[in-house]
Amino acid sequence: MSNEDMIKRCGEAAKRIRRNIVEMTYGTGNAGAHLGGSLSMVELLAGLYVGPIRFDPENPTWEERDRVILSKGHAAMALYPAMAEAGIIEEKELSTFKKDGSRLGGHPSLNGLPGIEFASGSLGQGLSLGVGTCLALKRKRNTESRVFVFLGDGECDEGSVWEAAASAAHYGLNQLVAVVDINSIQYDGYTDDVLNMSPFENKWRDFGWDTSVIDGHNMAEILNAYKHKGDKPFVILAHTVKGKGISFMEDNWKYHNASLTEELYKQALEELETAI
Amino acid sequence: MIEYNKRNIRTWSLLGPSGAHGTAAIELAETNPNVLMLTADLCFFSGLERFKSAFPDRLYNFGIAEQNMIGAAAGLAKEGFIPFVNTYASFCTSRCADQVRVNMSYMKLPVKLIGLTAGYAAGVLGATHMSVEDLAFMRALPNITVISPADCTEIIKAVIASAETPEPTYIRLTGPQNTPIVYKEDYDFQIGKAVTIQEGEDVCIIATGSMVYHAMQTAKLLETEGVSCTVLNMHTIKPLDIDAIMEANEKHKLLVTAEEHNIIGGLYSAVSEVLCRGGIHTPVLPVAINDFFAHSGSYHYQMRESGLSADLMKEKIIKNLSQ
Repeated sequence: MSNEDMIKRCGEAAKRIRRNIVEMTYGTGNAGAHLGGSLSMVELLAGLYVGPIRFDPENPTWEERDRVILSKGHAAMALYPAMAEAGIIEEKELSTFKKDGSRLGGHPSLNGLPGIEFASGSLGQGLSLGVGTCLALKRKRNTESRVFVFLGDGECDEGSVWEAAASAAHYGLNQLVAVVDINSIQYDGYTDDVLNMSPFENKWRDFGWDTSVIDGHNMAEILNAYKHKGDKPFVILAHTVKGKGISFMEDNWKYHNASLTEELYKQALEELETAI
Repeated sequence: MIEYNKRNIRTWSLLGPSGAHGTAAIELAETNPNVLMLTADLCFFSGLERFKSAFPDRLYNFGIAEQNMIGAAAGLAKEGFIPFVNTYASFCTSRCADQVRVNMSYMKLPVKLIGLTAGYAAGVLGATHMSVEDLAFMRALPNITVISPADCTEIIKAVIASAETPEPTYIRLTGPQNTPIVYKEDYDFQIGKAVTIQEGEDVCIIATGSMVYHAMQTAKLLETEGVSCTVLNMHTIKPLDIDAIMEANEKHKLLVTAEEHNIIGGLYSAVSEVLCRGGIHTPVLPVAINDFFAHSGSYHYQMRESGLSADLMKEKIIKNLSQ
């Protein structure tokens, strides 16, 4: 497939994922869901799951699969529809999201859902899991698989993230790819106001990582970043918009975790329908 | 193949709990290719220097970064390895409480956690390095096996046995160097199965970890006063040997629990919970740390100050019996 075709295909998947996110949120009723940080990482997940991921839905424990770790577990609502795009789960299961007895919980858990390597929800732990997984791959001489760890920018307040970053460089874990969804808003407000972590890219570089700063909604840049190969662990610093794609949610901290009225639900779907 | 003979048992006692841990690590490395050792800047302190020389590529040092070490261990465990993780008991339990909770308890990943110098073994370093609440915390977590070996021989047996189960496991190492010897020869160790050290009629001391030896000494002192004691080594705190406790309950007029741990949440709590379920039961007298943090002091000083030495334990039991 040509690069242009792949960009187009991933972009179409991103549209479907956004629509599914709105449907899934509306399906939770008054409970609501983590809209903002799910919508901000739609392209990042669509680009991976429709793009270069090594994963066989028929054999979800295939040794040479890529391992995906959603360290920002609250964005599970973006992960599940991305997994459906890759055929790992069926799209119809998405309607069970957050329902009693569903495999699709508010945060991923080890409940038999294929493609979920670890439970998450408690922030700042996924990168360490990625470090351990990469050490294991090296021991098994598996050089084909990569380990993708998706983190939030607010999550990087956690000191354990930097413990993991240091050890990944120390052990030369070049199969480790961290993707930071920099949507610049955390629960209490803008990340710069809550805990200013700038200069953010320098921190990763100083910890011994290769870095790439991209527009996290630009599929060409995303797919290009996923092609990176090097000797060091690699971090994609993806600048995104929280609530991306729906006007009243964009850059609005109130939609970190929210429910949708029927009126807003219809408006959101209409906006996604008419978006280019 | 490790030999449980008198000479080795004496050597392990001289090496102390960390040395025994290192001895078990070598044995495991030679017999199980998936076993790995992880430490947080405590390779030598944890008794792994020989392991490091013999199996350098199977030892990971994560620096003074315990939270990351637990997460990395979980990653290795998920991929089929058997990671043994060690640091001071307080740092691998309360310091990393959430990593232990999410990775070992919730996800059931078979990480094997070795808590060094639990209780008062690092007493001179102050309360930061004394873990007196780890049993309470670890016991409250679903899915984790909790073992508290009685001496160096039992440490070796427990470490080796833990590699053979798929359970996430916490092994609490207590006792000083020149560790008192409970087992002078080989015996049958099974996780979850208490061991009767001696049988008596009046009192049953249910002891765990370092307190098994002190319970044996106490039983000798009580014997001179005409009190006959059973001593039960409750080396596994979870899953608890309920049958052994119920049997002790039926056969004795007083049960004593003995632990180098806080009075809340450890062996006393565990035994009491079992007995309460049964309705009418024998009184239970706790010998434990009475809910305080000690300041810096030697092991033996701390043990006396907390009433854990054999003579003080005997006095407490005599007083109780005469009431």
